[in-house]
Amino acid sequence: MENLAALTEQALNLVDNAEDLAALDKVRVEYLGKKGSISAQAKMLGKLAADERPKAGALINEAKQQVQDRINKIKAQFERAAIEAQLAEQTVDVTLPGRASELGGLHPVTRTLDRIAEIFAQVGYEVAEGPEIEDDHHNFEALNIPAHHPARAMHDTFYVDEKPFATSGGSYVLRTHTSPVQVRVMETTEPPIRIICPGRVYRCDSDLTHTPMFHQVEGLVVDKNISFADLKGTVDQFLKAFFEVDAPVRFRPSYFPFTEPSAEVDIGCTQCHGKGCRVCKHTGWIEIMGCGMVHPNVFDASGIDPETYSGFAFGIGVERMAMLRYGVNDLRLFFENDVKFLQQF
Amino acid sequence: MKVSESWLREWINPEVSVATLVEQLTMAGIEVDATEPVAGAFSGVVVGEIVAIEQHPDADKLRVCQVAGHPDGGEIQVVCGAPNARAGLKIPFATVGAQLPGDFKIKKAKLRGVESFGMLCGQTELEAGDDDTGLWELAADAPVGQDLRDYLNLNDTLIEVDITPNRGDCLSVRGLARELGVINRLGVNPVVVSPVAAAITDTVAVALQAPEACSRYVGRVIRNIDVSAPSPLWLQEKLRRSGVRLIDAVVDVTNYVLLELGQPMHAFDLAKIDGGIVVRDAREGETLTLLDEQEITLQAGTLVIADGQAPLAMAGIMGGLNSSVTHATQDILLESAFFHPLAIAGRARNYGLHTDSSHRFERGVDYQLQRDAIERATELLLAIVGGEAGPVIEEVTPELPSVQVVTLRHERIASGLHIDLDAETIEDILTRLGLEVDKRTDDGWQLRVPSWRFDIDIEADLLEELARIYGYNRLPTRVPDSPMAIKAHTESRLPLAQLRRHLISRDYQEIVTYSFIDPADNARFDPELAPIALKNPISADMAVMRTTLLPGLVTTLRYNLNRQQSRLRLFESGQRFIPGSNGVDQQPTLAGLVYGPLAAESWSNESRDVDFFDLKGDVESLLAQTGLSHDFSFRAGKHPALHPGQCAEVVVADQVIGYVGAIHPALQQELDIPAGVFVFELELKSLLVARVPSFTPLSRFPANRRDLALLVDRDLPVDSLLDGVRLKAGECLSDLKVFDLYMGKGIDPQRKSVALGLTFQDPSRTLTDDEINGFVGQVVDHLQNQYGATLR
Repeated sequence: MENLAALTEQALNLVDNAEDLAALDKVRVEYLGKKGSISAQAKMLGKLAADERPKAGALINEAKQQVQDRINKIKAQFERAAIEAQLAEQTVDVTLPGRASELGGLHPVTRTLDRIAEIFAQVGYEVAEGPEIEDDHHNFEALNIPAHHPARAMHDTFYVDEKPFATSGGSYVLRTHTSPVQVRVMETTEPPIRIICPGRVYRCDSDLTHTPMFHQVEGLVVDKNISFADLKGTVDQFLKAFFEVDAPVRFRPSYFPFTEPSAEVDIGCTQCHGKGCRVCKHTGWIEIMGCGMVHPNVFDASGIDPETYSGFAFGIGVERMAMLRYGVNDLRLFFENDVKFLQQF
Repeated sequence: MKVSESWLREWINPEVSVATLVEQLTMAGIEVDATEPVAGAFSGVVVGEIVAIEQHPDADKLRVCQVAGHPDGGEIQVVCGAPNARAGLKIPFATVGAQLPGDFKIKKAKLRGVESFGMLCGQTELEAGDDDTGLWELAADAPVGQDLRDYLNLNDTLIEVDITPNRGDCLSVRGLARELGVINRLGVNPVVVSPVAAAITDTVAVALQAPEACSRYVGRVIRNIDVSAPSPLWLQEKLRRSGVRLIDAVVDVTNYVLLELGQPMHAFDLAKIDGGIVVRDAREGETLTLLDEQEITLQAGTLVIADGQAPLAMAGIMGGLNSSVTHATQDILLESAFFHPLAIAGRARNYGLHTDSSHRFERGVDYQLQRDAIERATELLLAIVGGEAGPVIEEVTPELPSVQVVTLRHERIASGLHIDLDAETIEDILTRLGLEVDKRTDDGWQLRVPSWRFDIDIEADLLEELARIYGYNRLPTRVPDSPMAIKAHTESRLPLAQLRRHLISRDYQEIVTYSFIDPADNARFDPELAPIALKNPISADMAVMRTTLLPGLVTTLRYNLNRQQSRLRLFESGQRFIPGSNGVDQQPTLAGLVYGPLAAESWSNESRDVDFFDLKGDVESLLAQTGLSHDFSFRAGKHPALHPGQCAEVVVADQVIGYVGAIHPALQQELDIPAGVFVFELELKSLLVARVPSFTPLSRFPANRRDLALLVDRDLPVDSLLDGVRLKAGECLSDLKVFDLYMGKGIDPQRKSVALGLTFQDPSRTLTDDEINGFVGQVVDHLQNQYGATLR
């Protein structure tokens, strides 16, 4: 038994000097394992007197526990060091850019259209769409623009070859506005109607301030008791919401064959706030959209009784709205599709 | 239309500034495009007269003039280079000290050794006109020495108005004055038109053979005129300021009356009229040489003024050359007619013409104006060119428009404008506009519309007039009451916006390209289909409606490659136009393109160019947005613009809805694109549907995976193998993956190795090895028999 203390001392010494987990395990096997030298001390218990055995047994267990505790302690130190080493090794430069972080983008026209649609969706306007090659009836006749009407000169119309169209008679045009969609909806829908019609429209005109294709959003409300006051309020609130500015809005009498009364709408210049600048041509006002009360002839053509219902319609040029909202100074940029331009939106 | 402020103020002179006048017109619906001073800012310019002129001793092009008119008197020496300088000519004379436009001060000068004390001016130097051919030749009776600004009344403003097509009545000084009178509550000072008594009895027979188109024709013979007499200065100046070219006194007077009263007129050389005047429809194929010297072949439906032989003029549009007034003319027939708007509308445009006359007749000319106009013109003409006038000839048909009576209900004003105007205000506004109360009824009025208003037809037109004069911006404002009823809201529709957002998050940039493209470009991508052609394209490269979105994408790619871009990922949504046997299918379509490195240049990415499977993955993830991926399949396809070995059709319910593939290398070369281009194009309709989720209970029992490495022929589509597995693996197959593909060293060069991972799971129990082996055995047997697959 006198050996026990020396063995214990030896084992603790080896544990303290172990260089890695394997060395530590070797000490454990050699001293504490089934055949380990400290464990072997228990075999000698049989040689002792019966009354000495418990005390000697306790001593052996105590020694084993002491070595085991020391092993655990050193092992924990090794493990902690290993984690530390791993951490040091795995440290990265977090300021480097992440992978595949690129994001595409919406075309500014789509972005603007979406914004307009969202504003109107809040109060229940639904989106209606229609064909871009339209028949003369829907683009003109049903909108109170008969053939040879001087107002047709206001629309520089693209005519398309009508041969591919199955139905005979009548000419086909690239729609000059999205108003024909309103007609199509009125033909098939009982009021109340509350729609906006976004989409591409076409006019045979191309210069600094005109592109032969552009986008419009037209709106239509048909219900009982809709008045000019409702139109004014709607347009006024929309413009303030769209531009996020409390600019003055004014209505000027104008003429569209499909509305009566008709109005052009000006908004106080969003650039100079009415003081006068290049954007507003030094007038303080920017012409922004047209609108009016639906003409009874249009209701008649669409099968809605103008004695029972009334309504208003408005038309917004999307590129113009985008230019004013985002400060774009050249209309043609929208269709050149230079990605350096598009990526700004 | 341009009109000067001073002319307008002769008719109506409210005590407000020109800026206020402009504002008033604008807010009444008469848009003012621009205002500009009649002449530039200058001072010290007087009416001068060249009293003597001689050649400059040392310069071929210069002459030395002695000019009268200096405020200090005497003759002043001025060196002048104008070709029209001549003795006796009256011209604007800028004296020493004068200030010309552009801050240009006149000083004493020496030109090639000869002293010059001032400058003789042309129109452009004074910014008073466009004539830059030489000195501005003033009238022979111009008072020498008078300040030019005073003499010509140059302290005046030009107002250019843009009249909407409904307001033909405002296309004259009289019309604008009438409008300003209403706004300012002032009466207008109309010119007093006094009938000119006939001095001779000559008349011309007039036959109205198109009684609807021409329902009033007023004419008058004037004999022994002197066409060489110039128009007086005041008339010249008014025409010049309105942008009307001076011709001769007769034409000038008819133009003047058109501007003043709004009645287009015409003067014929009486000697050229063979018999009487016949107003009739043109006979198909008749010809007429117009005043502008172009010969027109007339179409039926065109109204003409003819004599017994041939057409003399295109009614309401333009006179003929043969019967026009010339320097030799002695006797004339004046015409002042009412042509119905429907008889004139569109006709001028059919011949590529547009005149001041057709512009007015198309919009409607006051049908009670013809007699006044001819009296006014006669009076002016006699004063200028002399001669004797015959009696007024007038023919009227029963088709002449009659007074329109329109009903106005008081209640409609309240409901339409949301304002309660009292009867007095309503009547005041309407009568100021020239309407007359025909009858007061229980619920409103019957009103008679003045003969000049062609745009007042129905009650809504009167509401507009009330709103306009009351003031649009004074009218109340509110928003519609919005019912709170909740509408149907389907979950099985996928919004296009979501597909767009998805592509954006995969680094695609949206573009918008023109729907009309170059036919050659369309044919490159879709050679079989003849696209719909525009009849009047803006240019040859925008002449047909696209049948595919691919050309726009590729054009945009090339545009950006030329601008130093090397990696592009683009998409567009829009309609394409497919002609078919049942008309034209205008299909909403979504298309995309990828080009260049897969990832943007970065410190960490291996650099690799995109390939077919990168794009296919994008498309699959797009289709997965629907939640219905299994409904879509891909199979080898053919497309004229795509690589035959890298082209897949996208199929839904046996319908091909689009393509995914590489641009054909030959086309890529033709388009001069340096690397491979991968594109997709899908009909949107099939993508805008969404699966509504439906729950399946989760299995609590373990899943088991078995991997198979199979050798099959290289050209066997893997999709077929997967179909085979699904067919035979039984209901417990819960997942199936292709996890490896190998070709090359170690295996038969005709074969490829495909590694499949099959996962089995039963919802209600743990599957035994024997059961799973059974499933796998069936699969392997089937693949062996069907596709010659062998286990590796």
